[in-house]
Amino acid sequence: MTKEIIFAGFGGQGVILAGKILCIAAMNEDKFVSHIPSYGAEMRGGTANCSVVIADEEIASPVVEHPDICIVLNKPSMDKFEPRMKEGGILIYNTSLIENKPKRTDIKVYGVDCNKIAAENGSERAANMVALGALVKIVPWLSKVDSFAYALDHAISARNKKFNEVNLAIIKAGNSLPIA
Amino acid sequence: MSEKILMKGNEAIGEAAILAGCRHYFAYPITPQNEIPAYMAKRLPQVGGTFLQAESELAAVSMVMGASAGGARVMTSSSSPGISLKQEGISYMSGAQLPAVIVNMMRGGPGLGNIAGAQGDYFQATRGGGNGDYHVLVIAPGNVQELADYTVKAFELADKYRIVCMILGDGYLGQMSEPLILPEAVKELPAKDWALTGAKGRDPHIIASLRLADGALVGHVYDLYKNYAEIEKNEVIYDTQNLEDADYMLVAYGTSSRVCKKAIRVLRAEGIKVGLFRPVTLWPFPKKEIAEAAKKVKKILTVEMSMGQMVQDVQINAGKYCDVDFYGEPGGMLPVVEKIVQRVKSYV
Repeated sequence: MTKEIIFAGFGGQGVILAGKILCIAAMNEDKFVSHIPSYGAEMRGGTANCSVVIADEEIASPVVEHPDICIVLNKPSMDKFEPRMKEGGILIYNTSLIENKPKRTDIKVYGVDCNKIAAENGSERAANMVALGALVKIVPWLSKVDSFAYALDHAISARNKKFNEVNLAIIKAGNSLPIA
Repeated sequence: MSEKILMKGNEAIGEAAILAGCRHYFAYPITPQNEIPAYMAKRLPQVGGTFLQAESELAAVSMVMGASAGGARVMTSSSSPGISLKQEGISYMSGAQLPAVIVNMMRGGPGLGNIAGAQGDYFQATRGGGNGDYHVLVIAPGNVQELADYTVKAFELADKYRIVCMILGDGYLGQMSEPLILPEAVKELPAKDWALTGAKGRDPHIIASLRLADGALVGHVYDLYKNYAEIEKNEVIYDTQNLEDADYMLVAYGTSSRVCKKAIRVLRAEGIKVGLFRPVTLWPFPKKEIAEAAKKVKKILTVEMSMGQMVQDVQINAGKYCDVDFYGEPGGMLPVVEKIVQRVKSYV
């Protein structure tokens, strides 16, 4: 199996990091993984995204043209990636910042109130962690929620490791939502 | 064996260079390879090495020349327009037979172009790039593990043949993170009985790229080419996939080869027998090997992120055995899986 995933949002929402954390969690479960950020003329407040591939066989190309799964944390990202998704794909969108519902009827959509759940669980900045928890609830094959402790430990710089505990709690909160 | 880690391609090159014994790195920043100087700036002081951000590419490559003449394992890195600026130094080092590792994480060109990954520097890398009769040994890795492994190999080959060895990647490879097992640290570096280490008590060594004496340059160039012939005989690296029963053969290196692998899965699922020939050393090009492979297929499609450069080497070496077609994307664009699939289907 190969799952091609796009994480997208505003610069600063931590979508690149969310992709990296998922990769390390899945790698820890001996899956094949790849991660590549978009790196155009990006700037703070602009949109950012990364392509992540998780597979149980060698990954041919790390570049995702038509994602199986999209996690979009803001509206411009949903506008950009919803039309590119594969039929039958899974779209997780952040209802805290996206008022419109997705238009496509040939994909499965999950609205998650990421910012609110993050704030309720200790850090309003951790909407990306809520999305990660929800993602592996909806697609459990990607990674066990237990692997995220290892992933946070390896993905986060020493300076920010003090947030690992609250981030893990927020991932678990996302993972406990009544979806899927 | 060390633990599997997730690492960005550019950083993998930096760590592999340090594991290979490189303690001197001089460079000038440029996207999309800035993680290499950033990594070296952080890591080299920790291992007693020297990181220096030069005032220009020309200065950086000249520092490389100096460190190499002194016998050090030394590296510089840049991306396309920066590598163009380094060609003077590369030609001088080639003339003076100074080993060095030079990384080119290619971006869109010509000129300053853009910052997306591209493969438009194949001619520059494989034909010398600077003035005069010479070759650079060019290795094109296809994933993060290979970026690390072949960086170590590049230092080894550079010293073995006293040649400039280039790692030719692209912006996509440099920016990509993948699982990596770090290569073993090189414990013992080869002796360099030609290096400028102080001539007290011995005859002086001479490192020069200027040879004005009657006949001196002629003899020297013949000697260089004897060395190149040895490299062509001994150091060809290539890889194949699904060629055993293939009717059609894709030829691609680096990031393009990965897009081809994806296309092969799609085509094979539809019953079309297609395989991949991936040159890893671009110079020396796997001439005999691609000719042999060409004899067994009906048609070749060369795929590049350029308007068609490596395809000339494919044509020269395989063109007499079967048709050679080309599909490329310039300007920092990736090849598109569907376009490869459609092109191959048009042959059936």
